[in-house]
Amino acid sequence: MEFAFTQEHVMIRDSAIRFLTQASDSHAVRAAMSRPEGYDPAVWKRIGQDLYWPALMVPEPFGGMGLGFVELAILLEQSGRYLLCSPLFATTCLATPALLLGDNAALQVTWLGAIAAGETTASLAFASGPGLDASSVHTEAHSCSGGFSLTGTYTHVVDGAQADLLIVAARTPGTQGEHGISLFALPADTPGVVRHALPTLDQTRRLARIELHAVQVTDAQLLSAAGQGWPLLRDTLQIAAIGLAAEQTGGAQQALDLTLAYTAERHQFSRSIASFQAIKHRCADMMLQVECARSAAYYAACVAQERLDPAGDNVVSSELDAAAATAKIHASEAFFHCAAESIQLHGGVGFTWEYDPHLYFKRARASEQLLGTPAFHRERLAAHLFGEQP
Amino acid sequence: MKIGFNNEDEAFRRQVAQWMAEHLTGDFAPLRFRGGPGDEHSFPAERKAWERTLAAGGWIGVGWAKEHGGRGLSISQQVIFHEEYARAGGPGRMGHIGEGLVGPTLATFGTPAQQQRLLPGILNGTEFWCQGYSEPGAGSDLANVQTRARLDASGEHWLISGQKVWTSLAHEADWCFVLARTEPGSTGHHGLSFLLVPMAQEQIRVQPIQQLTGTSEFNEVFFDQASTSADNLIGQPGDGWKIAMALLGFERGVSTLGQQMQFQNELDEIIRIARDNGASRDPLLRQRIAQAWAGLKVLRYNSLRMLSGPQDGSLSREAMIYKLAWSTWHADLGKLAMDVLGSEGEILEGAPYQLSRLQSLFLFTRSDTIYGGSNEIQRNVIAERALGMPREARVRS
Repeated sequence: MEFAFTQEHVMIRDSAIRFLTQASDSHAVRAAMSRPEGYDPAVWKRIGQDLYWPALMVPEPFGGMGLGFVELAILLEQSGRYLLCSPLFATTCLATPALLLGDNAALQVTWLGAIAAGETTASLAFASGPGLDASSVHTEAHSCSGGFSLTGTYTHVVDGAQADLLIVAARTPGTQGEHGISLFALPADTPGVVRHALPTLDQTRRLARIELHAVQVTDAQLLSAAGQGWPLLRDTLQIAAIGLAAEQTGGAQQALDLTLAYTAERHQFSRSIASFQAIKHRCADMMLQVECARSAAYYAACVAQERLDPAGDNVVSSELDAAAATAKIHASEAFFHCAAESIQLHGGVGFTWEYDPHLYFKRARASEQLLGTPAFHRERLAAHLFGEQP
Repeated sequence: MKIGFNNEDEAFRRQVAQWMAEHLTGDFAPLRFRGGPGDEHSFPAERKAWERTLAAGGWIGVGWAKEHGGRGLSISQQVIFHEEYARAGGPGRMGHIGEGLVGPTLATFGTPAQQQRLLPGILNGTEFWCQGYSEPGAGSDLANVQTRARLDASGEHWLISGQKVWTSLAHEADWCFVLARTEPGSTGHHGLSFLLVPMAQEQIRVQPIQQLTGTSEFNEVFFDQASTSADNLIGQPGDGWKIAMALLGFERGVSTLGQQMQFQNELDEIIRIARDNGASRDPLLRQRIAQAWAGLKVLRYNSLRMLSGPQDGSLSREAMIYKLAWSTWHADLGKLAMDVLGSEGEILEGAPYQLSRLQSLFLFTRSDTIYGGSNEIQRNVIAERALGMPREARVRS
């Protein structure tokens, strides 16, 4: 048990900060979010091919760096802090864990290799509406010779309009709930895939609607045994929620830091407004929430790391469900609280487009919705605490 | 950064659990789950005897360095000890002030002679301590301490006069550590000293305070020329504030994990009642119960971070938020307990004012957000020391 950053962790964090303070400052974020892709391809190329962030967690045999989810969480905390617009989250937290946890070695060689090389972006599409449980998978996989024909619509696919690879969930017609779900690796340029980029309230992360019109896939594209994909999808979503919690923690921290900087320099009544207890106590409460979110996110990242490691600690990885819920609840609430406080404590300028608090406020709201709201996760925990069957 | 326990740790866990099962029986059986905050007045003599039994088992000072007579256990094994102690229903520790606060303070600031003289009584479970910080005029403004100490003519004894208040377990303690003003005319945190004072003398009077729970755990302590040997001064005259603050840092140590296991026991009882009385079907109560459960996990994660950081009494960021975090969480739990109980919560266990455990929780947690630095003081400390915001203006007349 050593629940603290190592020297190597500190180096990873500090090098990420050095990169992001210039590649994703306020000006860069505003430029990136105005582009049709929703990010700057030149910055993404540097991330993939100079910094190797998508390769971080990919095992060495597939061309990756073979580090763990904790190291990825450190990067995500900083990318969230600087509102990095990029396919990093979707690629590393949604698609990569699904490929890693699946048992299709050929797919791993092909796609994890391409992701690690920084050549491929990827995402995960599973739900045909709001929801995060198995019953939200409506797309159907009709058996046909040598494979399946997929038909259905996915809503709210993270960075789905630009991703090169889609991990898609579909169910055998006539099945319900956790039964009959399969996961496929689907190149986005496959005939029958129609993608619509959606204008989003949070412009720093794009969502897409994706339609599959009788898309033909083969058995070789299955991530795991046909019809038995729910545990894989479930664990992938929980790991992604943990990655998102790390991002949210960084966003919350920056909302606090922006507020501290502004209130220190803003003078009223002949003194810095940061000297008023009314301001100080609210900042203290923000820090309380940020540190709780950070503890929860990193604890959960340690759990995810054991779950993703084939030789990981089973006792620790059995906590995945609860740790993901705990992290997502606390990080969501910390980020939204801090972002809202940031607008309030900036006063009038906090309500302008020019100052950054609104970017964090919108990102906080979008992240709270993504991968389960706090209320969703609390209800799931409650059902578990009361021993209720889903 | 790694969590989880290895095989050696798990063997240690079984060892602790087995020892507790073998020893917390017979005469000690009534102590199970008793004596925690809100219940510290219960079974004092039996709990002192329990401390001696713990000492004989080698379970006091498990985290102390071996050079000071401790066992120097790893953080993991300290975590396990506190978890298993609380899981077995180990009673609230009479010796926690000595073990958790005085011991680390002596280890850091005491002379070798002081360590040799005073640490064994703590480790043997034979000498008990109380804390003489707050005064009627020095609560949140602790530096306004007015209790005075001066050396007598021989220079061999300090003579202490003044009043302390909110002193837990003063009526059961053998020693009190006293923050007193030794430099006449000094103000604020200058001129204070840290003195260890034996309680068994006529010049000290202890007066219990009846709390809103109807019970008394806190006391007023009056010093009227009370005496202590000159070699019971820790550090130098004038070092009192520095030592007092470091001691508060030690308070955020491994014992927080035992406290959390007690919280878990309380939450488990609330969940059990909710399941039995149907409160578990109320959507809002379900949300609050789940929030409490997740919040307690986060308190644990915060503790694990603190314990993985420096253990020298310096306050890391996560340590600075700790008191505000747990006190707020616990007060919310007290309200949640009553909301789950509903109208049943209005009926006492007996006259004149016999509270159930959850009623006591509800009422006692009102003190959690006040003692040991109120939430408002905690927010000042966080804002000024962790966030670097401007200090409050000090007005001195």
